[in-house]
Amino acid sequence: MNTDVKRIRGLEQSKIRRVSAAARQWQLVLLFVVTVVVLIYGVIYPNLSVVSASFQRAGSWTLANYKEILSQRVVIESILSSLGLSIGTVVLCALVGVPLAFLFERFTFPGRRLFAGVAALPLVLPPLVGTVAFIFLCGESGILAHGIQNLFGLQNPPWRLSGWPALLLFHTYTMYPFFYVLTGAGLRRIDASLAEAARSLGGSRAFVFLRVLAPQLTPSLIAAALLTFMTSMASFSAPLLFGGNVRVLTLEIFQARQRGDMTMAITETVILAVISLAALTIFQRYEGTRKFAAATMKGAPRRRVTIASGKARALAATAAVVFAIVLVLPVATLILVSFAREGSWTTQTLPSAYTLANFQRIFSDPFAAEVFFNSFSMSVIAAVAALAWSFCVVTLLLKRARGNATFLGNSGRRLLSLLILIPWALPGTVVAVSVAEAYGQPSWLLGSFVLVGTFWILPVIYFLRFMPLVVRALQASMEQVDPSLAEAAGSLGARAWRRFVRVTLPLVWPGAVAGTLLAFVIALGEYVASVLVFVPANRPISIAIASELRDFNLGAAAAYGVVLIVIISVSMLIAGKLERLR
Amino acid sequence: MPLLSLQNISRNFGATRAVADVSLDVAQGEFFGLLGPSGCGKTTTLRMIAGLEKPDSGAILFQDKDITDLPPERRGFGMVFQNYALFPHLNVFENVAFGLRARHVPKAETSDRVRSALELVQLPGYEKRAIDELSGGQQQRVAIARAIAIEPVLLLFDEPLSNLDVSLREETRGELRELVTRLGLTAVYVTHDQEEAFALCDRISVMVGGRLMQSGAPRELYEEPSDLAVARFLGRNNLIRAMRLSASKTTDGEFRTLDGGHTLHLTVARDELAPLNKPVVLAIRPEHVRLSSNHADAPNSLRGTIREIVFAGATSTVRVDANGLLLEALVVQPDGLQINQQCAVVLPADKLRLLNHG
Repeated sequence: MNTDVKRIRGLEQSKIRRVSAAARQWQLVLLFVVTVVVLIYGVIYPNLSVVSASFQRAGSWTLANYKEILSQRVVIESILSSLGLSIGTVVLCALVGVPLAFLFERFTFPGRRLFAGVAALPLVLPPLVGTVAFIFLCGESGILAHGIQNLFGLQNPPWRLSGWPALLLFHTYTMYPFFYVLTGAGLRRIDASLAEAARSLGGSRAFVFLRVLAPQLTPSLIAAALLTFMTSMASFSAPLLFGGNVRVLTLEIFQARQRGDMTMAITETVILAVISLAALTIFQRYEGTRKFAAATMKGAPRRRVTIASGKARALAATAAVVFAIVLVLPVATLILVSFAREGSWTTQTLPSAYTLANFQRIFSDPFAAEVFFNSFSMSVIAAVAALAWSFCVVTLLLKRARGNATFLGNSGRRLLSLLILIPWALPGTVVAVSVAEAYGQPSWLLGSFVLVGTFWILPVIYFLRFMPLVVRALQASMEQVDPSLAEAAGSLGARAWRRFVRVTLPLVWPGAVAGTLLAFVIALGEYVASVLVFVPANRPISIAIASELRDFNLGAAAAYGVVLIVIISVSMLIAGKLERLR
Repeated sequence: MPLLSLQNISRNFGATRAVADVSLDVAQGEFFGLLGPSGCGKTTTLRMIAGLEKPDSGAILFQDKDITDLPPERRGFGMVFQNYALFPHLNVFENVAFGLRARHVPKAETSDRVRSALELVQLPGYEKRAIDELSGGQQQRVAIARAIAIEPVLLLFDEPLSNLDVSLREETRGELRELVTRLGLTAVYVTHDQEEAFALCDRISVMVGGRLMQSGAPRELYEEPSDLAVARFLGRNNLIRAMRLSASKTTDGEFRTLDGGHTLHLTVARDELAPLNKPVVLAIRPEHVRLSSNHADAPNSLRGTIREIVFAGATSTVRVDANGLLLEALVVQPDGLQINQQCAVVLPADKLRLLNHG
């Protein structure tokens, strides 16, 4: 009797196990289908259609578009300008960011924390807002130029913010943090005992730097160079507003579309995409050729060296304060201008009269309310969709521990990661143009529905551009969860859904929400892609800023920027808190 | 003339005194141990010898020359780190050759010396291997090969075996000692493992709380700990709080234990070490405590009850309660002993030690 009961229980259990394994397989198939459909609609089809369109003319396959475009001097110049600007930006950012990282990571002195606190500020500014702030500060009728003009009684502004120097200066300001942050992280990761071992073996400081520190730092430097290069390649706001005679590819594409020359826009888009992906491939080839030692704390605690000499201390402290001021100044200027009364800032150094009218206007104006509503709703839609979809993707991407068969093989997972990375690696201009090309007319994927011209085009583009951030954040969180936790829950009888809701989700939500918030705030200030395809029904904040600027409503443009910065700061604070919860 | 001499070295980290007024000498050819619990300052002391840390005060002499301010690369000491600190971007050959290349040793000579260093640590033919392809024990050998390839006058070891598992640790220990002796090197070896220090070192200094408590041969430290801290750290000890009685004579001390109120006699070399009527601590190793089931009339014999017998293979630990004084005895054959049995505990007078800082 007793053995019978046991046998029946055993049978039941094995049945349950078989059922849940089959159910699990079905769930994975479902997730896989969702993932693949999104990738086909969002990544594969748009990119293929823009490439195929660039090789077609009047319905037949041809290289004519490329021949025609590459024979134009303007186009060649814009390719060279984009490349030159990006390489120049990488060099300048490295020259600024790497020494700063060494100074602030290896030494301690008064003012160090002050600078470290604001070092990454330019990274969180939306590019358009940063550009506007920069114009108010450094433009020919900005605070600095007016100040010098008034101080020395000059007739004309001392400089014009335009062309190569202006672009390189602005790019260095906004992108040096890539080098600063990554070099700093690289330095922290290097095991201090490696340098000590090298010195005890007789290596001089220079020898140790060249043979031990530099090779260990190389991956960080390559990653920083890649990010800087790609961001610079995609840069649009600054070339648009003060590029002067420097015509970069993003700008050329925008202007070709404005002129209605779609063939040219599409072909240039493909060229820009090819350059970006080539850069990605070249840089990634270097990645992984170097090996790191993870920092082990014992034996060689890395301490920041206190600068002892009085003069050097004073110098370092001064540098920290000066750099901190330089970093904060554009934002401070933006805030100042947002309170300036309309017309009170013509030739004076600083605006002469202050008011809350700009903020009152953008909070009471129905047009402004509509713009805020648009940006908010589109960013929320994009971010939430990205979060939901990330759960599908990450479930497929995760390596499963011990025997538990993976649904996708290694190469499948690599391909999936690559496809997800593409919209992030491509400039916003490329994403916008390819989606517009794919869904600008009835297509076999959407039938008679034409996405272009509707509200939905921007949420879709925001989703595509920023979902890789959410996937990354979620994947990082998921990988930190010990798989044996879910196994333990399973051994206690929890089915897949319960395991997910009661075990995995409580552990990963802070990281997932932090990543979603990041995607949300970036979408909120998005300009590059929006300007190409927005319609009256979905005008976002950035378009409002640009149009206020065009109408010389400087105060209103600044006020929009300040509101964006406030929202971003709050979101980043929350995201930071959540990250620490992990 | 000592090869290496530390003279009143001190080092503070902020408010913490990591090393306080340490002086020690290491003779040529000696295998010298720095032993102490974690956080006692032994690693900091070693790092100061290596030049990786500068003393706040005091001097370091090497062959009678002051090297206190000499940078590490000009000292020529080989060092083996606890985490090995092998360069992960270089292969085995490049790691071992690192110090030779820093010295601009000609290529042919470099490869000869690397090969012989790898042979010494029994890793011939491993030149082309990447570091992460090696096991922990092999990495450890590469670290040693790298340190001896520069033919150092002094080898420094910072707990080099602590990352190996037990059986490998004992095996490597023997090879290490053999290697150092064969090459005629002088070594300073930092460890918190008493057994390791005893097995390896000719002479040991025990550090506790940044201070150097006692130096001597392993046996001497074990048999005659001078301080309570040393006695506590080195192996198991019965620590007996007691008061010296005025009846004691100059060479034969008479003490009353605070627990149990027993009277104990012991040989006192220096009378002034035990002031009258102040609590002191007496120590005796469990293996020196003798138990007998019948009441012996020997000196220092106490009556007690057996409370616990813990079998541990070759020996057993017997815990005895002698009227409130708890004592441990190590017994090879606990035959005939039973829990709650009355017995006599004998503490031989020549094995009882009077400790400082009671």
